[in-house]
Amino acid sequence: MAPPFEGIGAAVRRKEDQRFISGRGTYTDDINRPGQLYAFIRRSDRPHAKFPAVDTGAAMELPGVVAIYTAADLANIGGLPCGWQIHNKDGSPMAEPKHPVLAEGVVRHVGDPIAVVIAETRQQAKDAAEKLDIAFTDLPSVATVSDAVKPGAPLVHDSVPGNVCYDWHIGDKAAVDAAFAGAAHRVRLDLTNNRLIPNAMEPRAAIGDYDRATGDYTLYTTSQNPHVIRLLMGAFVLSLPEHKLRVVAPDVGGGFGSKIYHYAEEAIVTWAAGKLARPVKWTAERNESFMSDAHGRDHVSTAELALDKDGKFLALRVHTLANMGAYLSTFSTAVPTYLYATLLAGVYTTPVIYAEVKAMFTNTVPVDAYRGAGRPEATFLLERLVEVAARDTGMDRVELRRRNLIPRNAFPYQTPVALQYDSGDYQATLDTALKHADWAGFEARRQAAAAKGKLRGIGLSTYLEACGIAPSAVVGSLGARAALYEVANVRVHPTGSVSVFTGTHSHGQGHETTFAQLVSDQLGVPLASVDVVHGDTAKIPFGMGTYGSRSLAVGGSAMVKAMDKIIAKGKKIAAHLMEADVHDIEFKDGKFTVAGTDKSKTIGEIALTAYVPHNYPIEELEPGLEETAFYDPKNFTFPGGCHVCEVEIDRDTGVVRVVNFTAVDDVGRVINPMIVEGQVQGGVAQGIGQALLENAAYDADGNLLSGSFMDYTMPRADDLPNFHVATENTMCTHNPLGVKGCGEVGAIGSPPAVINAVVDALRDYGVRQIDMPATAAKIWAIINAGPHHRKPAE
Amino acid sequence: MYDFAYQKPASVADAVKLLADPEAKPLAGGMTLIPVLKQRLNKPNSVVDLAKLGLTGITVSGGTVTIGAMTTHAAVAASAEVKRAIPALAALAGVIGDPAVRYRGTIGGSLANNDPTADYPAAALALGATIKTNKRSIDADSYFQGMFATALEPGEIITAVEFPIPQKAGYEKFRNPASRYAMVGVFVANGPKGVRVTVTGAGQNGVFRHAGFEQALAKSWSAASLDGVKTPADGMNSDIHGSAEYRAHLVGVIARRALAAAG
Amino acid sequence: MPQVSVTVNGKPQTVQVEGRTLLVELLREKLGLTGTHVGCDTSQCGACVVHVDGRAVKSCTMLALQADGAKVTTIEGLAAADGTLHPMQEMFREHHALQCGFCTPGMVMAAIDLVNTHPEGLTEEQIRHGLEGNLCRCTGYHNIVKAIAAAWPLMHGKSLPAAAE
Repeated sequence: MAPPFEGIGAAVRRKEDQRFISGRGTYTDDINRPGQLYAFIRRSDRPHAKFPAVDTGAAMELPGVVAIYTAADLANIGGLPCGWQIHNKDGSPMAEPKHPVLAEGVVRHVGDPIAVVIAETRQQAKDAAEKLDIAFTDLPSVATVSDAVKPGAPLVHDSVPGNVCYDWHIGDKAAVDAAFAGAAHRVRLDLTNNRLIPNAMEPRAAIGDYDRATGDYTLYTTSQNPHVIRLLMGAFVLSLPEHKLRVVAPDVGGGFGSKIYHYAEEAIVTWAAGKLARPVKWTAERNESFMSDAHGRDHVSTAELALDKDGKFLALRVHTLANMGAYLSTFSTAVPTYLYATLLAGVYTTPVIYAEVKAMFTNTVPVDAYRGAGRPEATFLLERLVEVAARDTGMDRVELRRRNLIPRNAFPYQTPVALQYDSGDYQATLDTALKHADWAGFEARRQAAAAKGKLRGIGLSTYLEACGIAPSAVVGSLGARAALYEVANVRVHPTGSVSVFTGTHSHGQGHETTFAQLVSDQLGVPLASVDVVHGDTAKIPFGMGTYGSRSLAVGGSAMVKAMDKIIAKGKKIAAHLMEADVHDIEFKDGKFTVAGTDKSKTIGEIALTAYVPHNYPIEELEPGLEETAFYDPKNFTFPGGCHVCEVEIDRDTGVVRVVNFTAVDDVGRVINPMIVEGQVQGGVAQGIGQALLENAAYDADGNLLSGSFMDYTMPRADDLPNFHVATENTMCTHNPLGVKGCGEVGAIGSPPAVINAVVDALRDYGVRQIDMPATAAKIWAIINAGPHHRKPAE
Repeated sequence: MYDFAYQKPASVADAVKLLADPEAKPLAGGMTLIPVLKQRLNKPNSVVDLAKLGLTGITVSGGTVTIGAMTTHAAVAASAEVKRAIPALAALAGVIGDPAVRYRGTIGGSLANNDPTADYPAAALALGATIKTNKRSIDADSYFQGMFATALEPGEIITAVEFPIPQKAGYEKFRNPASRYAMVGVFVANGPKGVRVTVTGAGQNGVFRHAGFEQALAKSWSAASLDGVKTPADGMNSDIHGSAEYRAHLVGVIARRALAAAG
Repeated sequence: MPQVSVTVNGKPQTVQVEGRTLLVELLREKLGLTGTHVGCDTSQCGACVVHVDGRAVKSCTMLALQADGAKVTTIEGLAAADGTLHPMQEMFREHHALQCGFCTPGMVMAAIDLVNTHPEGLTEEQIRHGLEGNLCRCTGYHNIVKAIAAAWPLMHGKSLPAAAE
């Protein structure tokens, strides 16, 4: 019997599931080190306040307390670094106030860490932290970008006038202004992109460990990118050289961006472990996650589209205020600029675009990349604007999109906002999505719903995103303080099994399966013989981690490159063994064959020869069969597609139910369709969550109103429908696999499709714009205001 | 949580003795008390677990359903007798919290706590239940005294709840989208105490009777009779999940649905 | 210090705990059974669901001492002695009902209880409603619902009534 097909394209069941379904995963909080102490962080419950030196004397006397540290103890420790420097319109660098590990006399958001108590047990640490008497003097505070930008607004940092981190722009303003002046139609929309809290189900945790014998530090942490943490924490915060610092990110329970960043707690436990020469563990309680994990989104924008009389887009003008929170999180500054404004062409041929973005400090938790990061904000703005344009001009919304889609023969396509798209077929994803969603049959469903007293609406979005971040030189020229290649080490063992070490990290994405399939396919070894290793700086040469749907496009490409080297070396060994010319050796399905003959050697035989080099070209070739490759991408990848959402609204309560959801995405080559579908389903769930349910609500002063699952609405099973997910793929042209990425498409394409459907359902109520989330209360208020006297369009 | 002494008495008398300590807290199912303790909002010296007092069980006799205070929501929801006698009560128990909460949470705990978003207070008040304690019987009308406030005296333990069987009753709720607690819950009943309509979740002061709806339904037990009867927004909760006006509106919507459920 | 005696995954255990020790702390910290997770502090997420005397409960909302004398089953105790997975575990893998795996133990324990308590069949709506106390941030629940529907016939030894599909 032929072995089951496990290679590229097979829906192989996941290798990692065996441990997860048996309760044998090892998440950070599952790890306990001998002699371990527990840290509890005392945080600010004020949005903005100053406080004098903290008196720790009384708390130190409590049972089990080993140490209490405040900023005064961290005098030689640096602030948490920001990884991307943005420049203002005038060329000057952004404002970059210090982000201290522990607050230095001033707290700037609820949750800002002030002191750490280290004790023999968790409860003892918490008991003592509560006893610290902190004499706050409240300072004026500001929570929203709209308030922060007002003249005379309270200053979050005295050193940052006007609370402006940067005032940045992209595009040709004059050309855009000219195009608007001559346009037949001008459409304007004010909109917000609601602030979200990522809420990976595993709360963040960190354990610092110190080896007194060697002076080596180990940090176990819930991270998406352990090497980046080692670099940032070692070089910028604790001044520890890489060779004395190991960072381990074991099984991680979801990230969605929130576990990319270097957080204060990581530095605290590492530093304290050295100071106390005992391991120190910190695990967030969920309420701490709400006030210390980086939040996402939070834009307030004005968008304007100019169209000619036939509906061709002539120009796009965007003004955005982006909330940075109180400090700059690791990649926060890149999100509303290079991950947002560069995406504003979307899938359309808009010839000129101008966007300006003001990033504002506020007394709120720092904001950084959350699933999609910038691209959902761009997509929501664009797809709502196009929808409103169709409505305002009386054009059909599908036809208006079709008229402006980049044609399939126009690639590579240079946009007016820096990006060059390599491939795509937006007509195909649109057509397939409309077919799968039975767009044409909707009117009958609307009428059937109306007969039951429900308001039914349908909406779509055609969208695109940039993934596979990114060419190092390009991002470097744009202000990135890091490179963004990826690293793979492929080790073929003497008896032919394979370990693959990758600098990416899996926290739900199934890399242990997808990468194993890739290696199994390329090297012709059974899937069971391939293990993927990630998440440990002591094992993996280097890496930039997992975010931005980059792991397969960049990390997988590095793996292919390393395997190419393995195969090239294997050919030399095979040529020697079979006394043939190396150019005559072919490699296929795990066998090195002399072309045109039946002489062959398996990769296992070649590996054994490489490690037992008795008959071996030892003068020309080193023993062993292990190769490392760094892959620096040539361009971003550009997944895209079309999402169609159908909703029903209960007129009495305002509750919106998604009754159908269709996502047709172009993700490039698919290695494991089961995993791709799962990624899209999960992304869509988060997108529907943003559109209908989720909102990080602050009061005007900066008190977090949605600080627990009691008030922050997480999508639950009965909030969501089944999803219809399909792909319609074109290949990426510049990476060896043709892959594009699938982790974020769901969260990017879906929110505008949902809101477009909600607005459509409310067509008789004269609604032009609904800000997310479209909660029942909000919808009821619209319905309660009464029908608008507007004739149904069709 | 602050530490405390855990006690598990084997008789009501022993429990009462232990609860004579003003720093002691009774523990029923713990579905509210334990989260409260975890948040360090309460610091009892001792916690007195009522699980071994023999206070579980359901009996139906005459016109009354009697439910032991430590009977779980799951047991009430699954009880064939309750389903037969007061189906609305079984249905209510079956939508409290989530399945795991229903296995632990108890009717006595729910009523003793009188959380303004709890479900059982609506049933007890609408059906004219009698709250039996170790000392006395308390009429539901005098039992509920505003949110988290009841007629229970310190150290007094609910032992059972008696529900007179109504001719008709129905319960519906609109869940808070985040917490899933009742944002608006309405119980309608036509029973020995006449027509009653109670509202939980919505009011700033816990469960209350809706006089306007009661009068309307007493005249005619139909949804149509509620038309034109206003629910004032004054006194309704208002928060990030909805305004007082929205909640007042929902009271009308959910009352109609409860009425439909009652048949 | 008080002590608690429980049978965990078939093995009797007597452990010293504090009054305030939660069942989940007993399992994770005293018994080393780290398969049961803590995802919140407000009893909302369900990552900590275990079976106590056969019923799904949130082990973060139960004191260890309340479990005295009880039989507790955790995710680690589901598979047969020979390693054969419980049908629910098997279906979660088969239908890709997990991604990061963090909610999975609680989700599986809740799902088993849901199927056990619905011998008459389970509709998709009932499954979704039955998961009200369990949060998953990765899957969008689509595949979890499929996995539970697929486990029903395996657990009840007959095919799921047609209406449930």
